[in-house]
Amino acid sequence: MNLTPVDIAGSSVLLLFLMVFVAAVLRNSQRLLITLSFSLASVASLLAVAAGIWTVSGGITSRVVLLMGLPDLPFHLNLDPLAGFFLTVVGLLSFYVSVYSIGYIRGYLGQRPVTSLIIFYALFVAGMFMVVLADDALFFLVSWEIMAAASYFLVIFENEHIENRRAAFLYMVVAHVGAIAILLSFGVMAGLAGGFGSFNSYTFDAMRQAQLPIEWATAAFLLAFLGFAAKAGVVPLHVWLPEAHPVAPSNVSALMSGVMLKTAIYGIIRVTFDLIRDFPWWWGAFVLVLGLISAVMGVLYALMQHDLKRLLAYHSVENIGIILIGIGLAMIFRSFEMPLLAALALIAGLYHTMNHAMFKGLLFMGAGAVLHATKERNMEEMGGLIHHMPWTAALFLIGCISISALPPFNGFVSEWLTFQAFLLSPALPSPLIRLLIPMGAALLALTGALAAACFVKAFGVTFLGHWRGHHKPHIHEANWPMRLGMIFAAFTCLCLGVFPTLFIEWMDIIPTQLVGSKLAASAGAYGWMWLTPVSYERASYSGSIVFAGILVVVLAAYLLLHVRPGKIQRVPIWDCGFEKINSRMQYNATSFSMPIRRIFGHLFSIKETVTVTPLAGHAAFPKRLHYYLRVRDRFWGWIYRPIVELSFWVSRRVGRLQQGRIQAYLIYSFLTIIVLLVFLR
Amino acid sequence: MKPELVIIEFLQVAALLGLAPAFAGWVKMLKCWSQGRTSPGLLQPYRDLAKLLSKDVVLAENASWIFRFTPYLVFGTAVLAGGIIPILSIDLPLAPTADVIVIVALFAIARFFTALAGMDIGTAFGGMGSSREMMIASLAEPAMLMAIFTVSLANRSTSLSQIVQVIYSGQSVIRPSLAFAFLAFVLIALAETGRIPVDNPATHLELTMVHEAMILEYSGRHLALVEWAGMMKLFLFVALGIASFAPWGIAARGSFSALPGALVYMALKLGLVGTVIVLVETGLAKMRLFRLPEFLGAAFLLSTLGMLSYFILD
Repeated sequence: MNLTPVDIAGSSVLLLFLMVFVAAVLRNSQRLLITLSFSLASVASLLAVAAGIWTVSGGITSRVVLLMGLPDLPFHLNLDPLAGFFLTVVGLLSFYVSVYSIGYIRGYLGQRPVTSLIIFYALFVAGMFMVVLADDALFFLVSWEIMAAASYFLVIFENEHIENRRAAFLYMVVAHVGAIAILLSFGVMAGLAGGFGSFNSYTFDAMRQAQLPIEWATAAFLLAFLGFAAKAGVVPLHVWLPEAHPVAPSNVSALMSGVMLKTAIYGIIRVTFDLIRDFPWWWGAFVLVLGLISAVMGVLYALMQHDLKRLLAYHSVENIGIILIGIGLAMIFRSFEMPLLAALALIAGLYHTMNHAMFKGLLFMGAGAVLHATKERNMEEMGGLIHHMPWTAALFLIGCISISALPPFNGFVSEWLTFQAFLLSPALPSPLIRLLIPMGAALLALTGALAAACFVKAFGVTFLGHWRGHHKPHIHEANWPMRLGMIFAAFTCLCLGVFPTLFIEWMDIIPTQLVGSKLAASAGAYGWMWLTPVSYERASYSGSIVFAGILVVVLAAYLLLHVRPGKIQRVPIWDCGFEKINSRMQYNATSFSMPIRRIFGHLFSIKETVTVTPLAGHAAFPKRLHYYLRVRDRFWGWIYRPIVELSFWVSRRVGRLQQGRIQAYLIYSFLTIIVLLVFLR
Repeated sequence: MKPELVIIEFLQVAALLGLAPAFAGWVKMLKCWSQGRTSPGLLQPYRDLAKLLSKDVVLAENASWIFRFTPYLVFGTAVLAGGIIPILSIDLPLAPTADVIVIVALFAIARFFTALAGMDIGTAFGGMGSSREMMIASLAEPAMLMAIFTVSLANRSTSLSQIVQVIYSGQSVIRPSLAFAFLAFVLIALAETGRIPVDNPATHLELTMVHEAMILEYSGRHLALVEWAGMMKLFLFVALGIASFAPWGIAARGSFSALPGALVYMALKLGLVGTVIVLVETGLAKMRLFRLPEFLGAAFLLSTLGMLSYFILD
């Protein structure tokens, strides 16, 4: 029997299930359990990466049918290049995070048992692998639910705080509304493929064969998009994300933000480009508009946060938006039969998918290291950590540069590709889209600039300046496994930024299969250093030369200026000759974002009050000044509160049936029987 | 790669490094004259730089490596951008390295680190400067990109030397979209280079300074690099505007004979732009910080109009 990639991926999943048993057996020796199980998880993730890389670089499609599942409904597994790409992304970040977890989870030793955390971690990662491997609706939904349920238990791990329980509940509700929508979407496709009477067409293959009428195809697409958008955190379905991601243990937050959201992106691409295939342009415009709204709203809300992990969670909303912009553009180009441009936009979206997994994983790991060291998530208390945690600071900074789309790191490459896709849109025949698209480019530019502002704030307030809190804890640097996980991720960010052409050539098989054109024929025509999508005259970028150029000039300037031995004199801060300045006088997260809060204030619901307690006898001199600020998501009030209130109202009405008297209940039973007899003769 | 092209590349970077202080001095000189003051002369920026380079560095106790690294990085990105923007010649070996979007991003990375350096010491001024600078940048950058997109749509390329080539060879026609884009670019350039009415490069008054607040703690060679990079940034923005809208006179071929002519044209254009800057700076007052969104919004509106008119009219 020949070994195929899907066998390797399957063995990786089995290894993760083994980890569950290891955890159950070794629950009494926690220290050994942590090292052993996360080493197992790392090996399993590396196997998945190997399977993914092999599949994509070979362009192989390998499938297997498992004799498991319900009677007559076996599980189908399929590993094609698209699945292989997502398997690589998920596996790579799981590997980094598993290495990191060896060090991070040790922090719980002596506080609480971590057996459940390890069991659900394994199930969570296995669930994500299985989602991308699934080739039928049944197995897909089973894996999807394993992933959702396992992550629910991870979110609720520190369950003594009420806000963690509330966040987990909210997450569960949104996840299940989404799952129902996905189930219905598969139902529509499978039903039209093979008739609603039989179960035969539950495989993706049967759905691919089906020719759906446009109305039903639209219904299936909208349902699937709703379901996946709820998981991905697309505005306005994003409210669970900033609640659930921050309260989970940081290694889990890294996985949830970095790769769990990507499984939803995978679902959207799989359903539109692979299962339905023919679609009108307005589907793409719909995805594009929601992507733009998510990108801008996500970054604006992120700017208002002062909880480090919450800020990062809002940035996931932003980045999912950027990915959807690429996918939406690809859908528009695809529907107008422009395969080369569709390939460019799709590559931009996929590249950003990979980038976001890496830098968001890195940033959450860094935030975890900060949390581990300071026991603090509130940025208003922090400051000056760069002196205590130099490694974490430098690695977190790389994440910040990458996510702010600054060259030569990876975030810039995908944003640049997206801009190129925007700039090629005048070729489109529809005038309506041609008006929409310039606005899209402008909003993407705004998003990038605001993200840079947000990460100046995040890094500057957390790591620079002085400690702002009243009691400074003893702060220690992250331990080696944690550092190693972050170093791997940071190095990947740099490689993705400096050698984009290599990665694009590697993943070029995906657009070839999905939209019928490849990009690298033009992108790599001038060697691995030059990224030239479409044509050399049109646009070109060389990440490696930009990186080397900056490095050379910086080194030259440094050496030239240090020929003459100059002294550096260290002195106390200049306080303008007044009383000694203290660390509470620094700018903090709230004051940093004040100008932007003032400009974009109408997009939030802001409550700001200042109370002055005057000094007795001198009304002009305040004794104490209280500043209170609350910034809330407007969508909560617009969409969710009415739904919550409506469901409470309905439950109160229905609750009246509950009399507590046996006579009433007997009448209910009697009426039910009568009704059943009337209708079901 | 031909050796003379490499030499031209080096000559252009040398011209940038050498002439940027002169241009800053020219603007300062004109400003003094227009306000009825005696000017320190064209060479004052050189004397300032020489003085700063010879001094020792005084550093706050808690300054981290970010604070010390930033001046070099800011300087490095400015020099790299100077090797990419066609100032003297179209034929530059480095030109395909980065298109106009990358140039904007290079300025953004310099600003990112300057803002971090402003927060590093932990004084209120530094944080204030960083916060304001990032606010201005986040409004200016989209407008800047929109203006540049209009130009690159009209010339079917985002590569600067390609844009210049197209305009130079007469394939480009005067379009209404370019007029809007040009107006927007002028407003943005004033904001990005920290000139009146957005920021006042000459002030050290607490409540009004933006860029100066971030670099308040620098001294010695660090300050020299930051100042020099600031002068180069002004020079480069003018060069970027000239390349995108009026590149006539630039050396089209990679030969030395065309360089002196290109240099003269460049000097003339710079002199003219300097005069315009001074007229704007003496004619206008600095705006309040929270009036700036209107100013930058106007720029954004203009550039969006430019792009829309490209899509509708052209």
